[in-house]
Formats: sequence, structure tokens, C-alpha cells
Amino acid sequence: MTVDTHEPTVPRGRPDWLWHSGVLGFVAIWYAVYTQLIPVSEWIASLFPVDRHSHTGEAIAFFFYDVPKVMMLLTLIVFAMGVVRTWFSPEKTRALLSGKSEGVGNVMSASLGILTPFCSCSAVPLFIGFVSAGVPLGVTFSFLIAAPMVNEVALVLLFGLVGWQVALTYLVFGLGIAIVAGFVIGKLKLEGWLQDWVRDIHSGANTPVAIQDERLSMVDRYRMGIEAVREIFGKVWMWIILGIGMGALIHGYVPEDLMVRIMGAEAWWSVPVAVLMGIPMYTNAAGVIPIVEALLGKGAALGTTLAFMMSVIALSLPEMIILKQVLTLRLIAVFVGVVASGILTVGFLFNLIF
Amino acid sequence: MKTVKVFGPGCKRCQTTEAMVKEAAAKLGIAVEVEKVTDARSIAMAGVMSTPGISVDGRLVHAGGLPDAGKLEGWLRA
Repeated sequence: MTVDTHEPTVPRGRPDWLWHSGVLGFVAIWYAVYTQLIPVSEWIASLFPVDRHSHTGEAIAFFFYDVPKVMMLLTLIVFAMGVVRTWFSPEKTRALLSGKSEGVGNVMSASLGILTPFCSCSAVPLFIGFVSAGVPLGVTFSFLIAAPMVNEVALVLLFGLVGWQVALTYLVFGLGIAIVAGFVIGKLKLEGWLQDWVRDIHSGANTPVAIQDERLSMVDRYRMGIEAVREIFGKVWMWIILGIGMGALIHGYVPEDLMVRIMGAEAWWSVPVAVLMGIPMYTNAAGVIPIVEALLGKGAALGTTLAFMMSVIALSLPEMIILKQVLTLRLIAVFVGVVASGILTVGFLFNLIF
Repeated sequence: MKTVKVFGPGCKRCQTTEAMVKEAAAKLGIAVEVEKVTDARSIAMAGVMSTPGISVDGRLVHAGGLPDAGKLEGWLRA
């Protein structure tokens, strides 16, 4: 199979300068609207015949402020990341990582996991692509752990609903877990636990061909950013509404002393329970973070809540079933065990410190 | 008759890609046989790392994300 590197140039409908000014104009309008959100939401809330500080008043203000705020932040950041990601194709990332030693390789791999476009539906082809090009197994795992766990949707929602401190903590410790877990898996030398056919590719017997990078114009990159926004919103809006609904229920009906007893820092067993509960739960970041916000508000400990959130996002049953095609059950068990230990450590550490 | 393969495990974007290929071929009046490759192993062996991927007559032209409609027509014409 050969690859055509000379893309036919297709005439564009609109001139480039119109795109550039369009993007600039969008950002300017975005900023103007964003700075007016609080006054407008307060004004809308004041139109309702309820006390602003009552439960209903808070709920109305939340709905008219937090929801549009999160949606606006998501639009901007997902667009920006969509554009940035056009410079980081899986093919380029693979070239950067192949032959990298462990340690440095794990750090690079986890960081590139954030920037490289990734969809869990192509986890298997990506895994094969990496391993066959000589990316060490542990380095590949660092990528596979970081890519779904540390993503812009999770970070934006944490920033918008909980605060930048928690968002930053999640970023740093999510990356940390991906780096350390990948490093540990690499040190265990488990290449023999891959499925047989993957091992054959690994030894170079059957290397798949690679596609060349296309040349993209800036307008192409904008288009891909817009496509990313459309796709994320198509996938995420339902989870956000569900999550915010669940969060509101927790806000309204779960008694605080119960939450402190179950998920407070005193209850040491709550961290492993949170991790275990998170594995079969399958939702993405958008669904779990409004719940996280409500749990924190009710006095759940930060460490326990972080552990729950990381487990829900990073360890998902459907992804393990997908990975079963390339990894033996033993290797999946090690993968889950190592990542879960990392999450437990983060949970206990934060409960201890805060 | 051109043979077009769409590589993807069956996610929504892969189905959209398949529809786009058929639409573009119909628009250009080119006879195509569209084959969907859903098996992860075959996808990986074709050198596709991010799905959906497209090959035309055995030549891999695209991997990752929805194809650009204009480029898609170019690949089918070539």
C-alpha cells in the first residue's frame, strides 16, 4: 500500500482573511458576553418571584449562570484544543516516542496524550501503531492512561464548576499517575503478556505501513476546531444535563452529616470504595463533574472525591473490553491494579493533607 | 469500479464517513464498492492509527476524523 503525499488542493469557498477575522471576531464577542454573564444571570434570577438566597433562588441563578458559563468555556477551549491538536497527529506522536527510553519517554508520552487527538474507539489501532513502531510498552501505557483521563472537557468543567485549584490538582496528579503507572508497567517487562498476534508485530515481523502527514492550511485547522466543538457538544450535552440534574438532587436531598460520614476524610475505607464504585460506572467527565461539585459541597473529602472521579474516567469497563483484543486478561489486570493503586495513593494523600 | 475501504470499529463518525464516500461517488458518477473494515486487527494492519480511515484501491488516503468533502472528491477522482 502506498500513500499519496501530494494532496490535490481544493478551491475554498471563502478567502483566508475572512476566516482569520471571523475567528478573531468570535473570540472578541465571546469575551464580551462572558464578562456580562454574572449581571445578566442575576438580572434573570431577579425576575423570578423567589428569594435570591432561598434554595430555589440559588438553583435558578445556578441554572442561568453556571450552565451558560460552562457551555461557553467548553466552546472556546474545545475549539482551541481542536486547532492545537491538528499539529499533533498520532503519527507524529509515535515518531517522537519511538525508541525513547523509559522515564523520559513516560513523561513525554503522558503529556502528548493530552495534545494528541484520541478516541477510545481507536485505542486498539493506536496501541498497535505505537508498539509496532518500537514505542516501549510502558511508554505506550502512559499515553493510553493520560489521553482519556486528562482531557480538556474534564479540566474545563472542573475549572468552571469547582475552581481552578482543583482543576490544576487534577491535571498534575492525573499526569503523575499516567507517568508512574506506565513506568511501573514498563519495569515489569510484560511484553510476553500481549496477545500473540500483537507480539508478532512487535518483533518486526509484520509491521503495518504508516500514512504520511497531510499538509494543512490554517483554515483547515479552524475547520477541524469547529468540527471538534460540534462533536464534543453532540456527545456531551446530555451528560452535562444528567450530571447537573444529579448534582442538584444531591444538593437538595442528601443530608450533609450522612455525606461527611460516608465520604469524609475520617472514613479511610471510603477511598477504596470510591475507586471500586467508579470502575463499572461509565460516564464521561461531563457527567461526573457536576456530581463531584455537589459531593464536595456536601462535605465529601477532596481526596475521596478525586479518587472517585479519576476511577470513573480512567478505568472503564468498555475500554477494557476493547483492550482485550490486544492485551491478555493478566495484563489488563496488572494495568487496572497499577492505575487503581495510583488513584488510591492520590486519594489518601489528599485526605491526609487537606 | 473503485474499491473504497472505510476503516473504523463502527462509531458514529465511521458511519458518517461511509455515507460521505457514497454521496461523493454518486455526485461524481464514479462506480465504487464501499467496504467497511471493522475488525481492530485489520484496521491496525492497514496502518490506520486513528479512525475513521479511508483507502481507495488499496492506497491509504486518510486517517482520523471526518474527511474534508472536497478532498474526498479528489481522492475518488484520482
